[in-house]
Amino acid sequence: MVAGESGMGKSTLVNSLFLTDLYKDRKLLNAEERINQTVEIIKHTVDIEEKGVKLKLTIVDTPGFGDAVNNNECWKPITDYIDQQFEQYFRDESGLNRKNIQDNRVHCCLYFIPPFGHGLRPVDVEFMKALHEKVNIIPLIAKADCLTPNEIKKLKDRIREEIDKFGIKVYQFPECDSDEDEEFKQLDKELKECTPFAVIGSNTVVEARGQRVRGRLYPWGIVEVENQSHCDFVKLRNMLIRSHMHDLKDVTCDVHYENYRAQCIQEMTSKLAQDNRMESPIPILPLSTPDVETEKLIKMKDEELKRMQEMLNKMQQQMHDKEQ
Amino acid sequence: MAATDANEDKRNLELGGHVGFDSLPDQLVSKSVAAGFCFNILCVGETGIGKSTLMNTLFNTTFENEEAGHFESVVQLLPQMYDLQESNVKLKLTVVHTVGFGDQINKESSYKPILDYVDAQFERYLEEELKIKRYLLNYHDTRIHICLYFIAPTGHSLKSLDLVTMKKLDSKVNIIPVIAKADTVSKSELDKLKIKIMSELVSNGVQIYQFPTEDEAVAEINSSMNAHLPFAVVGSADDVKVGNKMVKARLYPWGSVQVENENHCDFVKLREMLLRVNMEDLRDQTHARHYELYRRCKLEEMGFKDTDPDSQSFSLQETYEAKRKEFIVELQRKEEEMRQLFVNKVKETEAELKEKEKELHERFEQLKRLHQDEKKNLEEKRRELEEEMNSFNRRKVAAETLMGQALQGCSQQPFKKDKDKKNFFSLPSACSLTSGRNLN
Repeated sequence: MVAGESGMGKSTLVNSLFLTDLYKDRKLLNAEERINQTVEIIKHTVDIEEKGVKLKLTIVDTPGFGDAVNNNECWKPITDYIDQQFEQYFRDESGLNRKNIQDNRVHCCLYFIPPFGHGLRPVDVEFMKALHEKVNIIPLIAKADCLTPNEIKKLKDRIREEIDKFGIKVYQFPECDSDEDEEFKQLDKELKECTPFAVIGSNTVVEARGQRVRGRLYPWGIVEVENQSHCDFVKLRNMLIRSHMHDLKDVTCDVHYENYRAQCIQEMTSKLAQDNRMESPIPILPLSTPDVETEKLIKMKDEELKRMQEMLNKMQQQMHDKEQ
Repeated sequence: MAATDANEDKRNLELGGHVGFDSLPDQLVSKSVAAGFCFNILCVGETGIGKSTLMNTLFNTTFENEEAGHFESVVQLLPQMYDLQESNVKLKLTVVHTVGFGDQINKESSYKPILDYVDAQFERYLEEELKIKRYLLNYHDTRIHICLYFIAPTGHSLKSLDLVTMKKLDSKVNIIPVIAKADTVSKSELDKLKIKIMSELVSNGVQIYQFPTEDEAVAEINSSMNAHLPFAVVGSADDVKVGNKMVKARLYPWGSVQVENENHCDFVKLREMLLRVNMEDLRDQTHARHYELYRRCKLEEMGFKDTDPDSQSFSLQETYEAKRKEFIVELQRKEEEMRQLFVNKVKETEAELKEKEKELHERFEQLKRLHQDEKKNLEEKRRELEEEMNSFNRRKVAAETLMGQALQGCSQQPFKKDKDKKNFFSLPSACSLTSGRNLN
């Protein structure tokens, strides 16, 4: 999923990352039309293949985020979408036929922070706080070609500080195993110190130093997208596609999805306790029998415990009376 | 009357020799220079977009400005005044920055503080103008002469907030939109962006400041500049060595953006237009157009007109008198109303209080009666009890005497007597007498 204001370069970056053109006939809205715009969710699904390895890639775009004049709760459609995907998977997982479950859950959210400010803005903070327990957030500094290296460093430090200050849980790279070789560990360390990545995207090929590279042509120089000293695009690509793709999926499965599931079940059981009707059909989701039975067992055991507790209390009381 | 006659008699005369009043402009210049000039700039733009840096670059100095955070809850305006001098021309510069603009989540009322500030400056001038004793010559003019609106270079078009704000401000100040941080937009994108922005402004009816093209001296340059709006600027206060010169530039790994290089950005154009060519025109426009508009609206609001229904011109004095009378009448009416209201309220409260008093009285009576009834009951009961006690005592005495007699006589039938005694002693234990006898 890519999220961020209009004009941050999201589409360009996605095209650069996967070396395709996903956004062929896009219609961009005027400023006037955007005054009261609501956030939409648009999915692009492509199947790409490299050396025999197939990948089904889904990019979820969020046009309209942060564009209106009043952006209260503009992240709500996004959280709803993520929850929907989780719910869908939950249903499929609890269903009878589990062979062909389609995993549409969002594995990673790239959040584009504008480089024009001094750090995070209120809308950035609110968005990340609403989503950090549902999806892996990777913050990026967009359009990094407007910052000198000094400024980039300052901004990164500032953003890291503010992320800590507000308690936002962004995606953390997993620790290296201690038996990995030094080079790998060094790379990993560099990677961690580089977040949030400052990226530049480009779809156009320009001629630089005799080579044809992807970059942006300016009167004062050429910015190369794949040059590590110009921007962190290569690091991002490596991390996202080459080394950490699987880890992102794992974290989504193990952490975010489990959180969602536990929350869901808790809500259901508390609702049942309120209604006090065990046999009635559960209104939220049609669960299959195994889950209901275990729930029943748990309930019975709970009640037994309560009864024993009461008896104990009564006996204690009686003894107390007799003593008197 | 006399004035119109003189107009009809006006003739052009030829001068015989050099009189010397062609030195009037020079006199004007020296007078103005002595008095000093005033210029007020308003910078509107998001936090961190480069307003302070651009000001520093424009005036080749460092204005003190703290870096603002992003978490302001309302937009505030911070005016700062500086005295600058170049050759022998003194300039009182006021720079007003918007702090916190564009940071809030709900930006619907972001434009209001700006609008209020601009109006407040106009109001101040109007007040000074309308005073009886006024010092217009020495008055420090704080009206905003120009508003630089900083547009973020997102590459597509204006933001919705930009459009809304500019629309609200276009009839109050001269607006010059600039594209900030233009070193992030490549040349082709820049052209597209400029066209898009201008078309959006035009289609929404936003009137930005057009450089004047009437005066021949500047008409040519101005009209060519008009085509370059909005200016794409880059600001930098740091000096960097490029070639073998020190210039103001931003140093990147892939090159350096020179601020004063016309190929790199439009900074030079902006400086020319703003400071070297059109400064006086900006001030003029502010006074002649925006201020007059404000003044007219304000006075019309207050009820003044230039001509009354019979289309004879009013003098301000008569209008004043009429207004005053109206006002006093209104005041009296309101006073009457208030007094009536007050009297009514008092009556109401009094009535309420009386009712409450009655109620309380009744209840008191009721309680008293109850109390008396209870007392009577209790009295009766007491009497009854006393009687019982007395009868019991008598019986006791009788029984004792009997017992005494019986003991003296014979000790037969103790059970029977006990039974009798039982009967005598089966009275409620409320009147228990401590007789040491054991009753089964």
